[in-house]
Order: sequence, then C-alpha cells, then structure tokens
Amino acid sequence: MTPNPKPSPPDPNPQRAAPYSLLPTPSLLDHHTIGRQYLALALVAVIIGTFLSLLMRIHIVWPEFFRNPPIRPEDYLAIVTLHGTIMLFFVLTTAPQSGFSNLILPAQIGARHMAFPRLNAASFWLTALALIVLLASPLVPGGSAISGWTAYPPLSAVASAGPGQALGMDLWLASIALFSIASTISSINTLVTIVRLRCEGMTWRRLPLTVWGWFTAALISIIAFSVLLAALLLLFCDRHAGTSFFVPTGNLVNGVLHSGGHPGNGSPLLWLHLFWFFGHPEVYIAILPGMGLTSMILANFSHRRVFGYRLMIATTLMIGFLGILLWGHHMFVAGLNPFASTAFSVTTIAIALPASAKVLSWIATTWRSRPRYTSAMLFALGFVSLFVTGGLTGPVLAQPILDEYLHNTMFVVAHFHLIMAIAGIFGLFAATYYWFPLLTATRRRPGRLLSERLGRWHFWLSFIGVYTTFLPMHFTGLAGEPRHYAQLSQIPNAAGRMLAATLPLNRHITYGAIFLASAQILFLVNLARSLRRGDLAPSNPWQSTTLEWHPILHPRAIAAASEQAVAVYRSPCEYRTSHAGEVSFLPQWSEDAATSIKPE
Amino acid sequence: MPLAVHLAALLPLLPADASAHGPALDHHLLLNLWIIFALATLAHILLLTGLALRRATEARHLWSIEFLPLAILAIVFTALAVKAELLWAATRYTGASHEAMQVEVTGLQFAWYFRYPGPDATFGITRPQLASAAEGNPVGIDPSDPHSADDIVTTELVLPAGREIDLRLQAQDVIHGFFVPELRLKQNAIPGESIHIHFTPTTPGTYAILCTQLCGLGHYRMNANLRVLHPGEFQTWIAAKEKAAHP
Repeated sequence: MTPNPKPSPPDPNPQRAAPYSLLPTPSLLDHHTIGRQYLALALVAVIIGTFLSLLMRIHIVWPEFFRNPPIRPEDYLAIVTLHGTIMLFFVLTTAPQSGFSNLILPAQIGARHMAFPRLNAASFWLTALALIVLLASPLVPGGSAISGWTAYPPLSAVASAGPGQALGMDLWLASIALFSIASTISSINTLVTIVRLRCEGMTWRRLPLTVWGWFTAALISIIAFSVLLAALLLLFCDRHAGTSFFVPTGNLVNGVLHSGGHPGNGSPLLWLHLFWFFGHPEVYIAILPGMGLTSMILANFSHRRVFGYRLMIATTLMIGFLGILLWGHHMFVAGLNPFASTAFSVTTIAIALPASAKVLSWIATTWRSRPRYTSAMLFALGFVSLFVTGGLTGPVLAQPILDEYLHNTMFVVAHFHLIMAIAGIFGLFAATYYWFPLLTATRRRPGRLLSERLGRWHFWLSFIGVYTTFLPMHFTGLAGEPRHYAQLSQIPNAAGRMLAATLPLNRHITYGAIFLASAQILFLVNLARSLRRGDLAPSNPWQSTTLEWHPILHPRAIAAASEQAVAVYRSPCEYRTSHAGEVSFLPQWSEDAATSIKPE
Repeated sequence: MPLAVHLAALLPLLPADASAHGPALDHHLLLNLWIIFALATLAHILLLTGLALRRATEARHLWSIEFLPLAILAIVFTALAVKAELLWAATRYTGASHEAMQVEVTGLQFAWYFRYPGPDATFGITRPQLASAAEGNPVGIDPSDPHSADDIVTTELVLPAGREIDLRLQAQDVIHGFFVPELRLKQNAIPGESIHIHFTPTTPGTYAILCTQLCGLGHYRMNANLRVLHPGEFQTWIAAKEKAAHP
C-alpha cells in the first residue's frame, strides 16, 4: 500500500470557510461533544433495552423463574413497551442519526461544525430529558405503559384499560413528544449542514454514501416525526381534553363508558394511519445510515469504488421516498379496506427492488477484491448477510393473503429484528470499530483503536448468536405463535396445546438470546479497555478516502487549523491498482488530478 | 406434481389446515418460502465466492450486474404479487353469499363471545350500557328488541363443516385480533366498527382462537375454542342451545 500524501498549497480564498462560525465554540456546543453525548446516551439505552429483552425471553419460557418480585403479565407488557420504545427511539434513531452524524458528518463534507450549534445542543438535552421521563415511568403509580411502542387506542387512550395506562401512559406520551421535537430539530440541522456547509468541490455526486444516508433519513424524519407529534397531541387531547379523535362513542372499557365527545365519533383506525405514517419511515430512518456506512466500509477495505455509485445514491433516495408510501402494510388485517391493501402491497413489494440493487452493488464491490478483514469490515459484511436474510421475508409479509396468516406472529418479530434492529446494530458496531479513533480523539488526547482481536471474537460470537436467536423465531411464527404473549404455558383450551408445542423451540431461542447478549460483554470490555489504553491510531488508520480523516479536520487539529481551507478534488473511494498489483489510494482531498475540481 | 412435492417438504411447519381457502394460501406461502430460501442462499454463495477468489480488476458492467438481476427479481416478485392478490381478492373483495351462516364475534378484555341470531336469523340490538358479564349479558343485548329473544351467546365458536360462514367482528373496549391458525384466518376487531369476514371450515375438529392484537394484561390468555362439527352434529348442538335458551 502506498499512501500518497501531498502537501496542499494554502488556499487563496480562505473567506469561504465557516459562515456560521461561533468562536470560541463552548465545549457543550461542539458537535464532537454532542455526538459523544448522544452515543453515550444510546449506550446506556441499549444496555437497558437488552436487559429487558432477556427478561422477556426468560419469562416467555419460564414464567416462574422470577419470584421476588414476580413479573406479572402487566409487568411483562410494560417491559415489551419499554424495550421497543427504548430500542427504536433512543438507540436505533439516536445513535446513527444523531450520534455518529454529529461526530462525523461535518468533517465528511469538509465543514468544521454543524449549522446550528445551539439547536444541536438543545436537541440533545431534549433527547436526554425524554429518556429520563420514559425511565421514570416505571416508578409512578400503575407503572409504565403497557400498550407497546405502537400505543394503539383505545388501550392507550383510556386510563381504565389497564395498569400503566394512567400516569405511565402520559409519561410515555410526554417522552415521545419531547423526542419528536428533538428529532425534528436535529434533522433540520443535519439537512441545513449538508445543503449549506459542503466545502469547495464537494458536489452532490461526490458526497459519501453515509452522508446520503443521513440526508435521506433526515428528510423523512421531518415528515414522519411531525405527523407523530400531531398524533401524540391528539391522543393527549382524547385522554385529558374530552375530545374523541380515536375513541368511538359507546366504547366500554372496564366499566367506563365513553359517551362521545368533541368532535363526535372517533376511530382507532385514524391512530393506526397516523402512527404508521410515522412508524414505517422510522424503520428506514434507523437503517439508512447503516446502509450508507456499509457501502463505504466495504469499498474502503476492498480498495474499490462502490459499485454503481450513482445508482446507490438513487436507491437511497428511492427507499426514502417509497418508505413514506407503504405504511398501510401494517394494517392489512387491522381494518384497512381490502382494496387499499392491494395498493399498499404493490408499493411495499416495489421497495424490494432498490433494496436488492443495494445488495447487488455490495456483492459486486467486494467481488474478487481480497478485502482486509478488520472488525469494521466483518460487521459490514454481517450487515449485508442480515439485510439479505431479514429483507427477503419483507416481500412475503407484503402479500396481504400471507399477512393474513403471519401478521403479529413471531415471524414478523424475526423479520424486523433481523432487517432493522440487528442489522442497524451491526451498522453501529461497524461505525464504532471504524470511527473509534475519531470518537476518542480530542484536542488534548490522541485517537485510539479498539482491539481488533477482541473485535473479531465479538463479531463471530454475535453473528452466530443472531442467527441462533432469530432464525428459529420464523418457525415458531409459522407454527402460529403470536407476539406479545407473556407466557406460553398454563394457558387453557386448544390454544394452550398449540402454544405449548412451540416451547422447545422457544427455549432454544431464549438460550440463543442469552448467548447473544453475553457476547456483547466483549464489546463493553473492548470499549472500556481501549478508551484509555487502546493502541494509538495513526492519522488515517484504514487508508480511507473520505474527509473525516483529513489531517486538518481531525478532532485533534480542528481548532489549530481552523483557518486552513478544505477542498475536495474527487469522488470517494478512489483506489488504483498498478500492474504489479500494488494498490494506492487517492483521498478526496488529494489534488493529484486538480483538473477534476468542479466547484458548485 | 413435483412442485407440489417439493413445497410439501415445508408443510409440517404449519398447523393443520381446516378451511376451504387454506390450501391455496399454504401453497403460495410455501412457494414464497422456497423462493426466498433460494435467493438468500444464492446471495450468500455469491458474497462468499467473491470473497474467496483471488483479486481481479473491478467489475464495470452495470447492466449485467445490476439491471439484469433486478429485472429477473422484478418478474419473480410481480408474479408472486399477482398470485397473492388473486387469492386476496377471492377471499376479501366480495362479501359472503346470502346462504352463509351469520355469527357475531365480540372481543373484550379478555374473552371472545359468539352470538348466533337464532331462528329469526336477525341479531337483536346491543347497547354498551347493558353489557355486563356478571349479569349474563356480556355483549349487552337489549331485551326490548324483539329480535333479541332468540339470540344465543356462547363462549366457544361452534360451526358446521362445509358451510360458508359470515363472521361479524366487533370489539367492545380495545382492539383485539381474531386469529384462527388452523383456518388461516386473521382480522382485527375494532371498537366502533363491524368488520365482516367469510370462510368455509372443511375439517371437523377442535381448534384454537387466539388474540393477536396487544389488548392489555390478559392478552396472552385471551382465547377460545373453535369446534367444527359434522353438519348433523351441528344441528343437534344448535337445537339443544335454542331449547336451553327457551325451554
């Protein structure tokens, strides 16, 4: 490998730099700090969320395991609700879309800060407050909400519908409302930063695919979260202001009769539409940054261009666009008009095409490349595997007649955990191993690397654990096991016999989940160890071509070199192989071929 | 038929099938599972082969690597979708025939109740104010309505084999999910709405009715039995019920 560093002459026009500059930047407004705060918050959240998932898996198969205090069925549902809410919002949305984007995005487009530092900090503190409100909800009378992360009314609209549906549900609403506001602010910040602060030469076509991922996710985030916020307010009004948007007249919950309000006769289906108009884009918000990063890491360690770069940009945008048109597939058997089901089925299956295009590009990028198997590369390859396995069940569930059998069974749980949750987490792991030097470097401290040896163990154990846990879940789903069941034993009637038959496989799934969660201890150990004592990272440890590794945009140098202009001369991932087989790389900031500058 | 034999290899994954529309659904589901299994295997083989082979210059042919496979995938998915929509249209686009037997299903925390209209073939009016399981009137039948008197309310769903059934799904309090795995039947019951589904049970037996929409703390134990009887046995059962209701 022959890196080709070349000293740049000083830029003759430095005045273009930093139109929104705040000097000196107070540390709490620094985007690196905010990114680290988000990631720390997500780490706390993911540890809690994983612990809750183990409680669920154990309770499903051994309900008597917990005796003091016991987990009652309502506690189980509170755990389900907290697990889903924490993981979806505070891990899978927060870490990629706010954490890593704050840490990496500005440098990757050649900027030194985000567009709105104060809004940025406000958004983080609102997110932190939202998490505190949510985590406080188990402590209030009745405990936390039990209506799942989807909070379907009337269960979520009427306090008498169950324990946790009084104050606990109000706290859930407050938490998610705060989160929606924070997320919208953060997305506006991301969009403005990408549109306005790209450095000279950073054309749209040269934007790294990670930036395209953040950009698309931020676009749909604004659309989705604003609708969710409106829906949350309507639900709050139904609960406390005497309206009935979501509750029909004559609804009788636990002896409490709803005799109608303003405006008249409501319908729970309105909530389903509003919620899933947010909820489905939300899963793309969670996964789009991971897709972008996977493309870049595969190319980086394969020493190749991303195959079909422009097509990858197009498919990212197409996934974002189609992602807001297919919410109805959550409602095929939930009261949607059967004709509408057909329409939503078509839009849903259509998204298989841009998704498949991405998989083909990933295979073509690594094809006969003899890549370097770093931990980041392994997790990116794992992402591809999970994306394929989890993604292919998508078109199956998109067919209403099949959804009629599979809806709300464990088959769906397996599907979305593989494609969205675990693939998203693998994206986050890849990001952590890849960007750890930038995560740890500050003005005063050098960047460090995570242990690659521990990283490889972490990858292989996680990869085996994921498939051990989630593949069999498809089969219990096909056997008819529904979601959200607190236990499968001691249930009367024919249902009891049917559910008990799935117990052997379910015990296996629980063992798999415990194994998978235990494997994450390696990651925590690696983090704790490498934070202080990890190997010192060279300035561009992975021979990357993107700007976050530019010497003067590095967190260590950024303040000292704030006057130096940054310019981009080429697309990312330019690697060259000589006839002798030697690979060299040309970073985006290398002006080897200065003629290719295309200032916008 | 060799295709059917191959499909059938996965059949033990599913519960027994006891409805008229079920076998076509199963066939299509298993076909889907085989196709996605093949595609997942192919993708992994391609990925691993590419990683194993020695380094070569990078590929450039966008058409053969991206657009040709995408066109094939588009055809496969379109074919599956068309077949699925035909099956969906056959069960959902039209209502039940006039000869179908009417049964009303009411979901409430945490039980299913079933109401038969009786000899007058008309359901009496229900009022939520009157609903009280303790007083023996869980669905709130209004006794002042002349159609109410012969209505029969049960806690198990009993149906004759071979006759089309028109189910009217309702929910009293929160959303519930009416799921009969052996009949390949699922539909949410929504408060404030009456949703009709129709089907024909074929095989006598006792089957599970579950709830598949999170409905509160008793969600996991909200279930009922479905008993599909031979038509003769069903006549005996319904006659006994009618007699017990109006001795």
